[in-house]
Amino acid sequence: MTITQPGVTALWDELCSRVNRGDRFAGLFATKPEGGPLVLSAHLAVKGGGEVRGAIRGGIDTLDAPLPPGAVSYPALTPRLGAAFWYERVIHDRFGVIPDGHPRLAPLIRPGSPEEHALPRHVEGYGIFTIPHGPVRSGVMESIEYLVETPGEAIPHLNMRVFYKYRGVEDRFAGMSTADAVLLAERTEGIASVAHALAFCHAVEKIADCQIPPAAGLVRVLHAELERIAGHLDVAVRLADAAGLAVATARFALHKERVLRLVSALCGSRFGRGVVVPGGVGALPLLPPAQILAEADRLGQAVTADAAALMATSSFLDRLRGTGPLTPARARQHGALGPIGKAAGFADDARLSRPYDGYPSLAVPPAPAHAAGDALARLRVRWDEVDQAFGLIRRAADDLSAERATDLPRVACEPTSGRAVGWAEAPQGEVLYDVLLHEGRIVHCHPRSASFHNLVLMHEVFSGDILTDFPFIEASFGLSVAGVAQ
Amino acid sequence: MSIWVLRGLRDGLVTTRWPRRPDAYADSWRGPAIVRGAASADPDAIRALCPTRAITTGPDGRVRLDQGACILCGRCVAERPDLFAWSQGATGPAAAALSRPALIVPEVPETDETVAAARARLRERTTALRRSVHVRHVDAGSDGSEEWEIQALLGPVYDIGRLGVFFTASPRHADVLMVTGAGARGMSGPLRATYDGMPDPKVVIAVGTDAVSGGLMSQSETVTAGVAATVPVDVFLPGSPPSPFSILNALLIAVGQLAYGGKGVR
Repeated sequence: MTITQPGVTALWDELCSRVNRGDRFAGLFATKPEGGPLVLSAHLAVKGGGEVRGAIRGGIDTLDAPLPPGAVSYPALTPRLGAAFWYERVIHDRFGVIPDGHPRLAPLIRPGSPEEHALPRHVEGYGIFTIPHGPVRSGVMESIEYLVETPGEAIPHLNMRVFYKYRGVEDRFAGMSTADAVLLAERTEGIASVAHALAFCHAVEKIADCQIPPAAGLVRVLHAELERIAGHLDVAVRLADAAGLAVATARFALHKERVLRLVSALCGSRFGRGVVVPGGVGALPLLPPAQILAEADRLGQAVTADAAALMATSSFLDRLRGTGPLTPARARQHGALGPIGKAAGFADDARLSRPYDGYPSLAVPPAPAHAAGDALARLRVRWDEVDQAFGLIRRAADDLSAERATDLPRVACEPTSGRAVGWAEAPQGEVLYDVLLHEGRIVHCHPRSASFHNLVLMHEVFSGDILTDFPFIEASFGLSVAGVAQ
Repeated sequence: MSIWVLRGLRDGLVTTRWPRRPDAYADSWRGPAIVRGAASADPDAIRALCPTRAITTGPDGRVRLDQGACILCGRCVAERPDLFAWSQGATGPAAAALSRPALIVPEVPETDETVAAARARLRERTTALRRSVHVRHVDAGSDGSEEWEIQALLGPVYDIGRLGVFFTASPRHADVLMVTGAGARGMSGPLRATYDGMPDPKVVIAVGTDAVSGGLMSQSETVTAGVAATVPVDVFLPGSPPSPFSILNALLIAVGQLAYGGKGVR
């Protein structure tokens, strides 16, 4: 549902009062319609009010407000709602408009001039120095720069520069057909290809008022859950590697490779690319459901056994317990997504609260609650989600064998004009796509990854942690820089 | 700790025997599209099939496809199976190229000379490093999936340590530079600095369609449409993302461990 407010102040008032009443702030971005003034749009995740297949479920509300014509600034939201901190910097980077009262308006996604690069140190004191870490990292990793301000061991402050690998995906969407745009959505955050394609297609399908066939809904669940397992196993590999557990690292890398090989056996791509298309799926899986079932069972048992061994290795647990804690109050305030939010007692899983595709019929069981908020709790949440994912894959494969004979993989989906918001739960958390179409072409498409929303929280989780905890905290966040600086 | 000793033995040997022995998974891999036949009518519609404009048609009706721009979406194969097909196999001399024009299929005749020259240039540099190679990776605007596939080489299935290849943190120790991503302008400086920091002789591999041509982002102002604009690329490896076997294959070509007999790398 889109609600237009008369002005920015009215928008912020409405937004903040709704957040205080329990809605979750889910994003903020700006668009510049041709010839018109800049429009600010905020997303709110609401618990009720939306409708999914006849049942009242949660949804995403969009609040819009135009800036006065010719305005070069507006009152910032960040002082009233801290979660807007990075969102307003992106708006500033993209359009040059200044949010008045923003605490720190440095470039975030677009590299500024070299003078802007030389940031003043945040913490002053005897012996404090900055360790620049990146953008070329010490392993095979995505480019990001961490500036660690430290007296030698503790980390009183961390700065992040994410702009190095900014590609301009959002601008690239403009003018594309939906068939091409879904390919770009898959490549916005490559390790969550399926979730991004799903969120984009959900928006497009809403505009076209198109119902996908039940079998397609099940195939989508299958791929989304395999992607989740691969993503969580990658986090396990990185955590085990950080702890120097060579065998555990190799074991989880082996399981991850087997998951990616299963995905490629299903569709030809190891990242499920080309599976999700507007109107359904490109094709039904290349393997028969019985074989998917057998393979998933085998994988599930192997992963569970090794996960149990890892969670009984005390030298490993010691490194994670109490490391990088996020308080439940802060998680709620920020609306932390995915495993990071769940580990701190704030769970808003799109598969449960705003279900889509095959999820309503498969009945996702609510995950066990955690509240410690540390790296260990985040790993526990991931293992719970892996168990749940194997269960969902089993049920989806079961249902698929019943549906398969009678069902088409896709229906025609030819959207014309309109705007809608689509969402999907990636391994990192909820992905949102705000899509505006005109005569079948994209006018604007704004992807908001969970990585973008969550990474800013890394500023705040170093209380009491030292330099050697850094790799654990970074790995336990499990985010992708490609999704942050799109 | 002892539990891990037993767990390590659980699945026996999982490492591939490739390149000594063929590997079924590598051979079953679906690579960039190839052209099967000559076109008939409607060249505009054939060109429009490709979201990255990798397909070109000549006045003689001849269809060419630039694998360096192919993102493996499969649209051309699905719509015109009479004209296009998937290439098969992740390894072999055709899975990577030593010059950018050599990725266009069917081959443009005049590329033969440039390939021969590129091969000679590469051989000059790689004779010294065959059995001990250190690799530095730089992400210049990837979508994140290429990093996963390169990391897989360190895992038990591909285990590149067995081939004498190691990843290194310092460019000062590196012989090979693997670059991923479409060439984000913000990374041009750090990428160039990494390249300049490496000692000679050095070899550069562009890993993935994004690194080769920019892929879907090639039209964008914010990227350089491939990393060759920033560093001189020796081996071009298409794929979105390329499979770990393709990356391993390109790496072994780059360091001269795979010569492919008389067939030669294109």
